[in-house]
Amino acid sequence: MTSIKKASVNSKKAFLNYALVIVFYVVFQTLVSTKHITNSLKGQLIPITCYMIMAISLNLVVGISGELSLGHAGFMSIGAFTSVIVTSALTGLPGIAKLVVGIIVATVIAAIAGFLIGIPVLRLNGDYLAIVTLAFGEIIRNIITNLYVGIDGKGVHFSFLSPDGLGMEATGKIVVNGPQGALGYTKLATFTAAVVLLFIVLIVVQNLVNSRTGRAIMAIRDNRIAAESMGISPMKYKMLAFTVSAAMAGAAGAVYALNYSMIDPKKFDFNTSILILVFVVLGGIGNLTGSIIAAGVLVVLPELLRKFGDYRMLTYAVVLIFVMLVTNNEKLKGRIDTFFKKLRMKISKGGRKK
Amino acid sequence: MLTHLINGISLGSIYAIIALGYTMVYGIAKMLNFAHGDVIMVGSYASFCFMMYKNVPVPLALLLSIVICTVLGITIERLAYKPLRSATSLAVLITAIGMSYFLQNLALIIWKADPKWYPDIFKDTAAIEIGGAVVKPVAIVSILVNLLIMITLTLFTNRTRMGKAMRAVSEDKGAATLMGINVNSTISITFAIGSGLAAIAGFLLCTTYSRLEPTTGSMPGIKAFTAAVFGGIGSIPGAMIGGILLGIIEILARAYLSSELADAIVFGVLIIVLLFKPNGLLGKKIREKV
Amino acid sequence: MSKSPEVKLVNVPSPNFVPEKDADKPLVLEAAHLGIDFGGLVAVDEFNIGIGATEICGLIGPNGAGKTTIFNLLTKVYEPTRGTIMIGGRDTHNMTPVQVNQMGIARTFQNIRLFDKLTVEENVKIGLHNHIGYHTLAGVLRLPGYWKEEKKAHERALELLDIFGMADLADVKADSLPYGAQRRLEIVRALATGPKLLLLDEPAAGMNPSETEELMNNIRKIRDEFKIAILLIEHDMNLVMGICESIVVLNFGKIIAKGTPSQIQGNPQVIEAYLGTHRG
Repeated sequence: MTSIKKASVNSKKAFLNYALVIVFYVVFQTLVSTKHITNSLKGQLIPITCYMIMAISLNLVVGISGELSLGHAGFMSIGAFTSVIVTSALTGLPGIAKLVVGIIVATVIAAIAGFLIGIPVLRLNGDYLAIVTLAFGEIIRNIITNLYVGIDGKGVHFSFLSPDGLGMEATGKIVVNGPQGALGYTKLATFTAAVVLLFIVLIVVQNLVNSRTGRAIMAIRDNRIAAESMGISPMKYKMLAFTVSAAMAGAAGAVYALNYSMIDPKKFDFNTSILILVFVVLGGIGNLTGSIIAAGVLVVLPELLRKFGDYRMLTYAVVLIFVMLVTNNEKLKGRIDTFFKKLRMKISKGGRKK
Repeated sequence: MLTHLINGISLGSIYAIIALGYTMVYGIAKMLNFAHGDVIMVGSYASFCFMMYKNVPVPLALLLSIVICTVLGITIERLAYKPLRSATSLAVLITAIGMSYFLQNLALIIWKADPKWYPDIFKDTAAIEIGGAVVKPVAIVSILVNLLIMITLTLFTNRTRMGKAMRAVSEDKGAATLMGINVNSTISITFAIGSGLAAIAGFLLCTTYSRLEPTTGSMPGIKAFTAAVFGGIGSIPGAMIGGILLGIIEILARAYLSSELADAIVFGVLIIVLLFKPNGLLGKKIREKV
Repeated sequence: MSKSPEVKLVNVPSPNFVPEKDADKPLVLEAAHLGIDFGGLVAVDEFNIGIGATEICGLIGPNGAGKTTIFNLLTKVYEPTRGTIMIGGRDTHNMTPVQVNQMGIARTFQNIRLFDKLTVEENVKIGLHNHIGYHTLAGVLRLPGYWKEEKKAHERALELLDIFGMADLADVKADSLPYGAQRRLEIVRALATGPKLLLLDEPAAGMNPSETEELMNNIRKIRDEFKIAILLIEHDMNLVMGICESIVVLNFGKIIAKGTPSQIQGNPQVIEAYLGTHRG
């Protein structure tokens, strides 16, 4: 009896998130079709959705699995460049098919990268694990910065460090051009496609968490030694969470890149990894609803702060520090709570007087 | 080869000085102070401004920049980190990142995005020749300064009351408090020392590479942090060894393998070292009590 | 104080002895010449034990004698420096704690190690992990197997919790349980893994006499219902003397006495080492 109630608590939470995504989609899709939206915000819709996916994906590692990862943008980058190469190489297919294939291949490649990187990374603990994910993020960026990919009639050519090794036919086209990144490919992503992906990611993570596998992952997070003594292999489940998370980041990267016609490897640096981590932490560790909202608000916030001009990012930083202090310091939290209580009382008193 | 080696040790010495800031703060407050790299940047701008705009003599400019960084370090700690002493390490990390954004963007507003060119104070000194290798004077100065700092710090932590208090706090905050050590002021002093060192590092870094912009501190900061982990975070000799090894690897990789891939190689070596020594070269192994 | 009927210990084909009722069944656990050094310190040395199929065995000794270290050796949290551990006749050399559990040893911890942020029921379901038969993909896609197995696990979890009358606490977060209930939950969780041998590390710590009495009955009930062996570390002599069929006494990492409760109670060495000057 009791646990039927509980199951409904869990699924209620899950359905709330699905509803949130649907509302998000319907509202913005309506705004776009009725042209009630600024161009800059319209251009941000797909990136925002991608960052929401990134935040959910990172939350799987940081919140559910309990490992701090500082290199998540690396997997996004792998997905982004994979999808560009794949969609450029596919000819004679309709756009939507190219997009789907691009996302799938990007997901698979990012998952493989996640698995391979997970082997050394997940043997470490705490801050050491964090620094190594940071290192891998930088290594991925460094490698992609030196990658040259060209496509000609014979197929796809790869070269490292310089474009000389491509050996293409004269008609060939360079798709990925080292430090300049990928240029001149076709934009394929749509807001609808991005939201569908967000929905799928949400289903995967929520169903995973509320299953035998999810419980094992959380058990390892809460107490590794006890989990081992229950016959649960930490490496296996940490690996699973890390790989799934990398795969989702790859998918997000694919949609992100295919929203533009050029993409720079610098876009996926350490700062982007940190940005996503900020979404996760501010949204609440392990809280998927929070991740979605935080990603949405924090991508839009700098836009809203545009009127502050140069002070925009400064304000952002101050807001970030302030929020962290208020939510994590008991004294400050208490003071703010009493302030709001007093305020509410004043308001309700005032209301009664009238 | 020898030239590269000396240049590597020189760059490594700068990393080591920065790494000290990370490692001391980590040892005592168990937090990754991500804003440390940006304190370097602030220190560099400070000494730059004193030298270029106020015509202050070089040693005095350096001294003033050390004072500014020390005050900045203590202020950051008091305002942003102290209220979070009992919060999760992730919350402190994000706050430190916020502080890093804050300093970078403040610098962007004050000094603008276009790079400043740091003066070469050794331009009148001829290059030095050691055993056939020709090196810039600043390289030798960096190495010597680093050695001096290491010796002073080691003596400080082992011999003085304050140093002993610092070690006690890093071992066990609760027990240190019971022994009558003021934990808060000990942590403040640690931040002060780390930040003062950041000013020196910034001065050496900018004299070597001359380019100065609001993001100047980020990459050396990340690398020095890597160096601290490499040597075993929390360990002062570890920071020294980690920093110097990282500097040598970076310069040699740049010279003999690929300048584009130097960073990847540096991080790759870090990963390999951590796989065999999961707590860094000189880190202590902690056995979890069951 | 409830007394367990004095049993006769008989020798088995090894330097060990087990209760007569288990003599014809294979031992669940056998450790020989077990030892571990920490740095230069010899923490445990020459530890020999054999546990019969349905035996309740007590491991006692003064603080610091190495009792918990022995649990950590038996469950492979530490790899022994010397000696062998056989579970169900198989050598556990180089096995991990995960494998040891899968071979049939489950344990509780002296300093409680629950999955704090999860509910009581989830804690037990994690114990059931290897008995829930669907794969990750079936969970993500919510295939029929998921629903069937989750329902089974839910029912089983409540059944197990009911041993300690805790079924109504299923939805409570583990860390908000009172101390005694946390200890009981640890036992349920360990039991959920389906062990042949249950290791209990100070199960009665922090419990009052009536709670302890209830715990004793429950330990016996678990042994009788599940037909498993139990090895327990405990300082409460009422509990140890009341339910254990055999007792091993440890001091300074070495066994100083083995035998039935009455043999141990009368052993002068034990009295000196363990009970000190308080005779009786």
